[in-house]
Amino acid sequence: MKSIHVSTTVNGDPAEFICTPDETLLDALRDRLGLTGAKEGCGTGDCGACSVTLNGRLVCSCLVLGAEAEGAEITTIEGMATGEALHPLQQHFIDGAALQCGVCTPGILVAAKSLLERNPDPSDSEIRYWLAGNLCRCTGYDKIISAVKAAAAEMRSN
Amino acid sequence: MALDTPKRTFKVVGTRPARPDGMDKVTGRAMYGADITAPGMLIGRILRSPHAHARIKSIDTSAAEALAGVRAVLTSADLSVPEDEFIRDVQDNCMARGKVLYDGHAVAAVAATDAATAKAALKLIKVTYEALPHVTDVDAAMKPGAPIVQDGRTLENVPAGMSANVTSHSEFGHGDLASGFAKADKIIERSFKTAATHQGYIEPHACLASVAGDGKADLWCCTQGQFFVRTLCAEIMGMEASQLRVTASEIGGGFGGKTTVFIEPVALALSRKSGRPVKIVMTRDEVFKATGPTVSSSMDIKIGMTKDGRITAGEAHLRYSGGAFPCGTVDMGGQAAFAAYDLDAVRTFGWNIMTNRPKEAAYRAPGAPQAIYAVESVVDELCQELGLDPLKVRLKNAAKKGTKSSYGPTFDDIGLVATLEAATSHPHYTAPLGPNQGRGLSCGFWFNFGGNTCVSLNINTDGTVGVTEGNPDIGGSRASISQMAAEELGVPYEKVRTIVADTSSLGYNDVTDGSRVTFSVGLATIKAARAAIQNMCARAAKIWGIDEDAVEWKDGAACPAGPNAGKFPPMTLAEIAAVSAETGGPIAGHHEVNADGAGVSFGVHLVDVEVDPETGATKVLRYTVFQDAGKAVHPDYVEGQMQGGAVQGIGWALNEEYIYGEDGRLQNAGFLDYRVPVASDLPPIETVILEIPNPGHPYGVRGVGETPIVPPLAAIANAVSRAVGVRMTELPMSPPRLLKALMSKG
Amino acid sequence: MVKVLLWGTLRHATDGQAEVEVEARNFKELLDQLVAKYPGLEPQIKRGVSMALDGRVYREAWFTEIRPDSEVVLMPYMVGG
Repeated sequence: MKSIHVSTTVNGDPAEFICTPDETLLDALRDRLGLTGAKEGCGTGDCGACSVTLNGRLVCSCLVLGAEAEGAEITTIEGMATGEALHPLQQHFIDGAALQCGVCTPGILVAAKSLLERNPDPSDSEIRYWLAGNLCRCTGYDKIISAVKAAAAEMRSN
Repeated sequence: MALDTPKRTFKVVGTRPARPDGMDKVTGRAMYGADITAPGMLIGRILRSPHAHARIKSIDTSAAEALAGVRAVLTSADLSVPEDEFIRDVQDNCMARGKVLYDGHAVAAVAATDAATAKAALKLIKVTYEALPHVTDVDAAMKPGAPIVQDGRTLENVPAGMSANVTSHSEFGHGDLASGFAKADKIIERSFKTAATHQGYIEPHACLASVAGDGKADLWCCTQGQFFVRTLCAEIMGMEASQLRVTASEIGGGFGGKTTVFIEPVALALSRKSGRPVKIVMTRDEVFKATGPTVSSSMDIKIGMTKDGRITAGEAHLRYSGGAFPCGTVDMGGQAAFAAYDLDAVRTFGWNIMTNRPKEAAYRAPGAPQAIYAVESVVDELCQELGLDPLKVRLKNAAKKGTKSSYGPTFDDIGLVATLEAATSHPHYTAPLGPNQGRGLSCGFWFNFGGNTCVSLNINTDGTVGVTEGNPDIGGSRASISQMAAEELGVPYEKVRTIVADTSSLGYNDVTDGSRVTFSVGLATIKAARAAIQNMCARAAKIWGIDEDAVEWKDGAACPAGPNAGKFPPMTLAEIAAVSAETGGPIAGHHEVNADGAGVSFGVHLVDVEVDPETGATKVLRYTVFQDAGKAVHPDYVEGQMQGGAVQGIGWALNEEYIYGEDGRLQNAGFLDYRVPVASDLPPIETVILEIPNPGHPYGVRGVGETPIVPPLAAIANAVSRAVGVRMTELPMSPPRLLKALMSKG
Repeated sequence: MVKVLLWGTLRHATDGQAEVEVEARNFKELLDQLVAKYPGLEPQIKRGVSMALDGRVYREAWFTEIRPDSEVVLMPYMVGG
């Protein structure tokens, strides 16, 4: 299969890669660009560990082709902090012990950020339904919900 | 090692500092199994059996070998046959020899320059199978005449005349059952079944193996125990332990499922054959089909009770299947079944039966959730029949210090009564309920282990501290170990960095299992710190020109032990460290131990559910976990264990199951059809930590990780029974199964 | 002499006795004496046993001291998750 040349923007920086026509965006990010923050937990869009945004839309990057990134704006977990300054969500996940093994954490943070951009003051129930596509097997979700709420409150007050 | 003092005030232990790996994990920098690469790396893939049970007549790999980009093809013919039965089973599970024993069993593997080529090569391997009759149900497999999964695997403790699938038998308990049941006012006998479930860690197994031409090898993998991986792989590969260095990556969940090997020996063998590094990453489909789910079970329980709620006798017959190989998990179930109760007459009988399913691996308190679900369901039904309060009945029968446990030993200090009392006085227990709602509860228990542990603690010349330990951190253990080092040395938490060593950097450490790490590694860390302190006191004594005995360690500094020792200002750890070169060289402490005294763990869970009578769907409305954690070193992560374990148990109770078709193939090998709980399924999980110090640890620490998965199964079944009046004796209580029960009740 | 409580399955090797007595000062001697006196126990002891001594469970530890009045319970080798 002849590879495709893709020009895209990742976390604000221009990026280019080649990929095969059937290669997922997740594989292109991980294997071509070395951005291994997004994880493959299932490869079928069921676990959310590979969550990124594509032109502002939250997607499972295992269900998007690398070729679809052409001309698009992609953000990943690697672009969430600003230099050394963590995003409030990242800080509250650490402070609130909202991670154990941490493998679902990048996807959950990307998804939660996407939620807060749409709804700066979500209820518990809204957070739980928004994150229903992101599986976590360690925490029982409790501290994740609390950390998202705390981050949202801090972001509203700034 | 005994508890220092029952009433001790701590400075660092018991606080909630940020975990040392937190920053890497929220920024995507943490390196998990699949994130590791090597120059010149090949991609390995595994060909798996489509049959539940078949003889391998032949494997033709010639076309695959001829494909451009393929560098190695592997079958069991490339591996020698280990003499040791345990190792042979592990190897045969990684690569089938002679027969395939379950849907998904590995038969061949390839290493190629990229994933697409490897995948194409698998299609070119021609395997000729002779399909054999299969059996996937534990009761069917026990019947005479059932298809035989493996012959000649039965232990001497199995009575003659049973199916060859029955591999072992165990019996535990004491007292006279007949006279016990004779004293009962009410006896209930029930049969139960539980489905096999999977640990469901989000990170699939992944490894990278590199075997050099001189036989030296490196293996990076996500595992709960790099040392055990080394043992297994070195045996299978015929390597010396020193030649194989295993490094554990960050681990994306394990829960017992990453305590053995599946792909690691395959990657090593492919690397040896190809002369190149080989990476293998499992797909989710492979994880479900070919790693180690828990046992499936079938159980008969009989319990007698007096009118006032005293249990007079308990009997359990447990039939567990750990898949296609012998498995000892039923022994743990038999010992755990009645552990919460102080009984005069108790007996459990366990059987392991082979089926054409994947080889079981440990899953959080292996064997206990099933048996305790069945026992706690019958206790609850007796309470309903006799009109008794279920918490009062458990308090009346609760095991306590001095109780002869149902599995033999006499209990030391345990926290069951304290957890039951906490549940009794908690507002959850008396909160009002609506229609179709019910409240259930269950006790839970796990043994907890210690085990082989090494810790090396180095005092850096700038006054900071490095702790090197050998157990992968699956739930925040680097934080709790740093806390214990800081506590003992009297330095701030931030001055300590704890790392997980590879197998060449430290002596043998048992796997991260049995809720052992915070207990055992913590114990070894405290002892290592005490050795370093002794050394630092000796340095101060030399500097001051006084006896070593005249120096004591207080608040992070060496001080003269009393007025007779002389008057010297305290020397801090940093001050002693700064002159270490001048006073005798680097300062370190280390400790090696096979730790005992882990101290058993009890918990009680309370749950409110609402059942939709139209659909049979059960919604968990409120959930509270009460558990004796011993001294909680980092309470956030103790709560995290309690919450995470409870939710895994909720999944087991309500939805999760391995579903096999008539053809013996797994029908739901994906997260869409194997449904683990998601955030919107759940309420907050409240936690109440009780701290009854473990007499076997200097700070009173006991393991907490496994117990919380045990109670949810029965707690939810009991809540469902009280909500809608049906007793669910089969797990999971999925909507179709519960709806059927509701409809047949009428 | 030390009294050793066996789990039920082992009774087939001890003529049905649930409790046996052996001369032993530590775990190693106890295992050796059990095998010497009741050869039928050997396969299980080779596979692995744990010992509970006065309520505390030891998975190995040959040289753990056993006093004549100690409560000794033999258990299958423990495994966890």
